[in-house]
Amino acid sequence: METQPDSLKRLDELKSIGQQARIVDVVGDDSISVRLMEMGLTEGEEITVLGFAPLGDPVEYSIRGYRISLRKSEANRVQVESSE
Amino acid sequence: MQETVQAATSAQTLTVALIGNPNTGKSTLFNSLCGGKARVGNFPGVTVEKKVGKYRFGDRNITLIDLPGTYSLSPRSDDEMVSVDVLLGRKKEVTAPDAVVCIVDASNLERNLYLFSQIRDLNLPTVLVLNMWDVANSRGVQIDVEQLSERLGVPVVTTSAHRREGIEGVTAAVLQAVENPGTKAVRLFPAEFYDEAQKLDEWLVSNGEPATHLFLRERMLLDIRGASEDAASQADQSKLKAYLEEARGRLAASGHRIPAIETKLRYDWIRQQLDGVFTRSETDHRLSASDRIDKILTHKVTGMIVFALIMLLIFQAIYTWSGPFMEMVEGLQNGANEIVGGMMGPGTLRSLLVDGIIAGVGSVIIFLPQIVMLFAFISILEDCGYMARAAFLMDKLMTKVGLSGKSFLPLMSSFACAIPGVMATRVIENRRDRMVTMLIAPLMSCSARLPVYMLMIYTFIPASLLFGFLSLRGTVLFSMYAIGAVLAIPIAWLFKKTLFKGETPPFVMELPPYKWPSPKIVFDRVYDRSKAFVVRAGTLIFAVTVVVWALGYFPGDHTTQHQLAQQIETLQASPEENAEEIDKLSAEYDDVSGALIRESYLGRMGKAIEPVVKPLGWDWRIGIGAVASFPAREVIISTMGTIFSLGGEVDEEDPSLKDALSNATWPDGRPLFTVPVALSIMVFFALCAQCGATLMVIRRETNSWRWPIFTFVYMTGLAYIAALLTYQIGTSLMG
Repeated sequence: METQPDSLKRLDELKSIGQQARIVDVVGDDSISVRLMEMGLTEGEEITVLGFAPLGDPVEYSIRGYRISLRKSEANRVQVESSE
Repeated sequence: MQETVQAATSAQTLTVALIGNPNTGKSTLFNSLCGGKARVGNFPGVTVEKKVGKYRFGDRNITLIDLPGTYSLSPRSDDEMVSVDVLLGRKKEVTAPDAVVCIVDASNLERNLYLFSQIRDLNLPTVLVLNMWDVANSRGVQIDVEQLSERLGVPVVTTSAHRREGIEGVTAAVLQAVENPGTKAVRLFPAEFYDEAQKLDEWLVSNGEPATHLFLRERMLLDIRGASEDAASQADQSKLKAYLEEARGRLAASGHRIPAIETKLRYDWIRQQLDGVFTRSETDHRLSASDRIDKILTHKVTGMIVFALIMLLIFQAIYTWSGPFMEMVEGLQNGANEIVGGMMGPGTLRSLLVDGIIAGVGSVIIFLPQIVMLFAFISILEDCGYMARAAFLMDKLMTKVGLSGKSFLPLMSSFACAIPGVMATRVIENRRDRMVTMLIAPLMSCSARLPVYMLMIYTFIPASLLFGFLSLRGTVLFSMYAIGAVLAIPIAWLFKKTLFKGETPPFVMELPPYKWPSPKIVFDRVYDRSKAFVVRAGTLIFAVTVVVWALGYFPGDHTTQHQLAQQIETLQASPEENAEEIDKLSAEYDDVSGALIRESYLGRMGKAIEPVVKPLGWDWRIGIGAVASFPAREVIISTMGTIFSLGGEVDEEDPSLKDALSNATWPDGRPLFTVPVALSIMVFFALCAQCGATLMVIRRETNSWRWPIFTFVYMTGLAYIAALLTYQIGTSLMG
């Protein structure tokens, strides 16, 4: 865990299509956070922004070889470090 | 000898549970295994559907239990707990399974194996089915099946269920798994965890709880605020919660933070199992046809245009294309009436058959073409993968009401008819969202309200222009459609805040790759749903119509009425010659009919409720129309026709009904119908729950009488208040 705090972001802060990041943590222990982890959003995993819904929310991501859409309020629970 | 025979018989029956992630083709596999021989019901007290099918394989009888699609076995609600209870044999209504079939999407193996890894902890003979094998292959996925089976220690079968490929291999593999149960569950967790689980068990036993299944014990530790805690029925819940919190604290102190530890360890394990046996060609995945289609269909501008066009097409189709079929049904109904009329003279039995049974059944069947058409569209959209995109597009809008994108289509389809709308809520996994959507669906102005609007608008709303360009009639019609949809917003919000409060469910939704819809799957779905509609809704409507008929028919001496009808029918053999006579007798007939209905139980009820409906500007005749139209809204037209002394044979186009309504007066001579009265009737019908079939479907879907009764009460209350305001404000504005 040699990351500078500057590169730490929340997943919903990724704004451009194609942007990649590595998951650091999912915050919280409620059902939303657990579901996110169960869906494969776990520490060290690469996640890519695929697109945004017409009203800007939800956002579609690619992870572990499949596609998932998350609301921004949910993506906000995911801590990532930008890999660019 | 006797004993061996018995042993052989009991070994012949196997109970197998089928489980998998949503959208992995689970239902398709279930259907191809069981054929049409499945029983569908509900588990008592929960909304989860209980689907059990039976089939024969060699000399074995197999009972297959279809469990709801789920991403994990960490139960967080009573509904999710059902699957765990069934798997552990804790449900009285179903036999404990001898084996589990875990179906996964072969192209999305990594995530799908998460559920599988939890199922392994159950220590039951398990088979892994890699479904959508053909799709996975075409997307460049390669899996070494033999190697995978060896690593996981369970039989692995590949299928393409929608093409019925590989199906027979599934049962063979189940038998194989039952005969060689194979390796036990993998001990994934650190020793500290198993120690805590052991200690928890000891604690539970010392607190009066009977021995718990190993799996439940582990789940109690792993699932913070999970539903497995409630499974401990004897132990003191608050003490248990405190104990669990301490135990989790101890684990966190040793570096194993719950819940993160479970997902981390399981996914690490999955990575190891798949290393070297699962590969996919990246290039193919990146630029698949699906992605290219999505560039257009989920795009800011084009996506919305396509979406709007599809919605437009569906509603266009439901309103216009179903017309000829609806006329056919009407034709059949008229044919049946004529046959019955030809076979017997006017009398009580004929009235029961024609005005009660045929009219009642007809009033249900008439919607079948619309329902079939809507279901066909929904099934095609579901099967090709567009439905998930529609939810994706609409989510932001729907969250403003507190619902999710998944509620959009059920609500939209309720504009055609609330029955398929309520049934379409099944796509919503979250129970609270599903319940709220179901309860507000009948507020959308369905097609059955249209005849009421039409009659009132064309009779009482002048064909003038508003602000010089807007048609007043069109505006009124639009307002009637809008009122339910607009009121649904605060009502949904209120329900979410009171009856169904709780955490907002996560919107985890997958956009599956597009595929051509399978005609067989589409047909099966349409057939099943339409059949459910006709059988379940039809029987109730039928019963209620007969009751309403009886209330309107009895008591009263119908001899004169029947004699008149007989005379008219005889004269109608040559209508031209007897035109004058027929007119005279018809007028007499109408008077007699009107008098009879006034004397009937229905008429007396109308008189009794007059004080209640008077503030709405209604007299007893309108009130009775509202009461009689309880089974279905359109009934108000024929009821009004009867009450206003015209006989039952009128429709909204009938000029005489319009005239009769325009000429109707209060006893003191004031005209009965004014514009505020017409508006109050329309508003009432726009919001009330005058549809027995919808209430029946809500009862079926929620498995409880509570919700249809609740829906009826809240909607009728709402309709009454809105109609009251409309009339009172309308009258005061008009002076």
